[in-house]
Amino acid sequence: MLSRKLSSNSHGQDSSYFLGWEEYTKNPFHAIDNPNGIIQMGLAENQLSVDQIKGWLKRRNLTGCEPGVSDFKELASFQDYHGLPAFKSALAAFMGKIRDGRVTFDEEKIVLTAGATSANEILMFCLADPGDAFLLPTPYYPGFDRDLKWRTGVEIIPIHTSSSNNFRITTSSLEQAFRHAQTLGMTVKGVLITNPSNPLGTTITRSEFNQLIRFVDSKNIHLISDEIYAGTVFNNSPDGFISVAEALHCGNHSLSQRIHLVYSLSKDMGMPGFRVGLIYSNNPSLVSAATKMSSFGLVSAQTQYLLANMLSDESFVHSYIEENRKRIRERKQLMVSRLHEVGIPCLESNAGLFCWVDMRGLLDESGPSFGGEKRLWTRLIHEVGLNVCAGSSCHCSEPGWFRICFANMDEWAMEVAMDRIKSFADSIRGQEQAAGTVLGQRFILLLLLSFIFVDDLGRTLSSQVKS
Amino acid sequence: MVGCSSDGDGSKVLSKIAMNGGHGEDSPYFEGWKAYDNNPFHPTQNPNGVIQMGLSENQLCFDLIEDWIKNNPKASICTADGVENFRNITNFQDYHGLPEFRQALAKFMARIRGNRVEFDADRIVMSSGCTGASETLMFCLADPGDAFLVPSPYYPAFNRDLRWRTGVQLIPISCHSSNNFQLTLSDLESAYSKAIESGVKVKGLILTNPSNPLGTTSDVDTLKALLEFTSRRKIHIVCDEIYSATVFAPPVFTSISEVMREVECCDPCFVHFIYSLSKDLGLPGFRVGVLYSYNDAVVSTARKMSSFGLVSSQTQLLVASMLSDGDFVERFLGESPRRLRDRHRKFVEVLGRVGIGCLKGNAGLFFWMDFRKFLEEETFEEEMRLWRVIVHDIRLNVSPGSSFGCAEPGFFRVCFANMDEVTADVALGRIGAFVTRWHGDKNLRLSFKSLKSGDENNNSLSMTSPHVMSPRSPVVIARN
Repeated sequence: MLSRKLSSNSHGQDSSYFLGWEEYTKNPFHAIDNPNGIIQMGLAENQLSVDQIKGWLKRRNLTGCEPGVSDFKELASFQDYHGLPAFKSALAAFMGKIRDGRVTFDEEKIVLTAGATSANEILMFCLADPGDAFLLPTPYYPGFDRDLKWRTGVEIIPIHTSSSNNFRITTSSLEQAFRHAQTLGMTVKGVLITNPSNPLGTTITRSEFNQLIRFVDSKNIHLISDEIYAGTVFNNSPDGFISVAEALHCGNHSLSQRIHLVYSLSKDMGMPGFRVGLIYSNNPSLVSAATKMSSFGLVSAQTQYLLANMLSDESFVHSYIEENRKRIRERKQLMVSRLHEVGIPCLESNAGLFCWVDMRGLLDESGPSFGGEKRLWTRLIHEVGLNVCAGSSCHCSEPGWFRICFANMDEWAMEVAMDRIKSFADSIRGQEQAAGTVLGQRFILLLLLSFIFVDDLGRTLSSQVKS
Repeated sequence: MVGCSSDGDGSKVLSKIAMNGGHGEDSPYFEGWKAYDNNPFHPTQNPNGVIQMGLSENQLCFDLIEDWIKNNPKASICTADGVENFRNITNFQDYHGLPEFRQALAKFMARIRGNRVEFDADRIVMSSGCTGASETLMFCLADPGDAFLVPSPYYPAFNRDLRWRTGVQLIPISCHSSNNFQLTLSDLESAYSKAIESGVKVKGLILTNPSNPLGTTSDVDTLKALLEFTSRRKIHIVCDEIYSATVFAPPVFTSISEVMREVECCDPCFVHFIYSLSKDLGLPGFRVGVLYSYNDAVVSTARKMSSFGLVSSQTQLLVASMLSDGDFVERFLGESPRRLRDRHRKFVEVLGRVGIGCLKGNAGLFFWMDFRKFLEEETFEEEMRLWRVIVHDIRLNVSPGSSFGCAEPGFFRVCFANMDEVTADVALGRIGAFVTRWHGDKNLRLSFKSLKSGDENNNSLSMTSPHVMSPRSPVVIARN
């Protein structure tokens, strides 16, 4: 009676990523009203800089944010899928500033969409047919299973990465994924990366960039870079933040038509509610097709108007970007150091609103397993009261890694969360110690017993010899 | 494996959907938009320009909304009163939507239906306009290759919204002028049987009520008969009720939701409707759409799908505040139909005086004009030639019936609510002048015939990509 899409579960919302969210919703932490509730650390939101934006609204005396009476009619009627020119122009400039001016953007190449969710889906509809595949490095954002595959019929083939090289993409892992897709009879249409990475919080190195470009060029396929966290780069790695946008000006015309960016204001500006996303591409046919498809998810003209004003204020944008980076860096350092104190390491990272945390040491078996990871995650939710994102829901190939978000709460909640982790880690170590003590005692007892046995044996033997 | 693009425009590397023209924007229909864009009417700056009458927008009651916004600063997060809400609103991305938003919508929709029916706020799924809602419903109800029946003439963008990315087919059921284009049960049965016999899986019927482009409402008996038909065959009925508050004359609007309880065999799992604030309130830019289903599985799945087109939380707040204001709603729902009626009446009277008939309509932002007497032959080629005269000579952009899939040539949809009084008067004057000249001037008819040689040129012009059109062009408008 209903469609197959409805009956299947390829919306992906049965994964622990969403289940944890549900658990949090049933019992949300509140410093005063529910201090024993679950703290939400599974949501990569940026709430560190909202006050800056509120401050801007107040300083402006709030004019120019909502249209004057004479403009209201125009705005309320404005449903042109090309978007408000002033908004796109401000967005193009903003994207360039986040990249410290190393790349510039042309507003004519922007397609506005209802968040990056819609942008990614539209790209799949435009670049791939049902049954085709895109290669994605693992671990990746759990929402991609829904956004890229559900209604489009496109498949995701993982590019496996490993902690042995800090989860970096290599040519051999790209080739392996490509061959795997071929053995499954799928046509690979491209590679999609998130840069900075979700959940790793790292930006691609120059070597990764070069390998990716060479790979997609040699295979004549697309490269999509979801750069939704571009404004959260708080530490420059040795290579700096390398945006895939650099390849748009590579001089290779054919290749430059197959490089596309996705962006959104949800993370950098902390505005997920406003549903502002975009596709950026040199490919005019893609821009044209995607623009038509954006009819299914346009950005509210009211919101475009507000943000066109905000993002056109250059001095505000400059100070916002700097302050936002600073606060993310500080909050992240706090988490990393607190975790380090209890012997929990994090992947070294320079961006994002989360840490990629190595909790293999807290798994309950001698060797890591996904069963153990699930048990640990369940304990974290129900006993410790923290909703974190298990690595398996991000398709990580190694168990024991978790994404823990730090930018969606105030300092108080952060301290409570770190205390809970410390207590939990201590209790596990204590149990291990206790278990270790018991084991140790048994070992000593066995040793003693064995000495006695040997001594007896020795005497018996010597008596035999003697006799 | 994708080949390297050598043609420079990058089209070879795209998918079938991207390249198949299913967006529907290559039809000659858009030539009218281009004519308007190149030469838009302005009462003082360009009094000889083309008047836009192909755009179904409601601009008659903006003053009421502007007043409300001025007097309710808290509804905006950009005012001193509202900015304290900023953090919560900007962060709110829950696909259930703000509770007050859904509740306000539920109450508003009920009020439009005279409170004869109540709506459950938990069944409201938000969408990016009706464009988003209708596509989402297709994804939920049908698989690629399945079909929905649709009475024609129908809203042209259904071809894109219901079919393009979903792979669903549309099977039109032609309605005829002989009975005022009403859908009959026998036409429905015949279309359904024919589809089944040819091996097509019919999943449901989609009905726009009030009708676009006819401007009429479906009567209770017809709705009951349709609901009984779909219920017995266990197929879906989807009603697009986007014009529900534009009913300005009897009969009173009857929604499918009211008729359900009167049809014994009705299974609510097969009943759904879509709605939007784009027409009733004149807010197409704010992208506020609703998908309402009596089927729990559809609500649940559609809600997950709404992630692809949520309503901006800033807009949800504004709408929630506005529609919760009972006084405003009463005033608006009283005044808006009155202004629509007055404007509609003016047009119908003036056109009647020059012998142009319209279908008797009681709703919508347009009327269905009968220009058959101006056709030399009853063909669609003649209709297109007449249309080019109307666009280029009379300088009115109206919409030819063929673009709505009308089975009979000579009908045009003419919008009347997207302009002020001055412009309306000018438009009426031009039509009147044209008809007078037509009757008295053989040369005019000859010059009309001579347009035949110009057609080919015009046809090739119409294939220009809408991307190069100006922002005011309705070709780039989400719904019209």
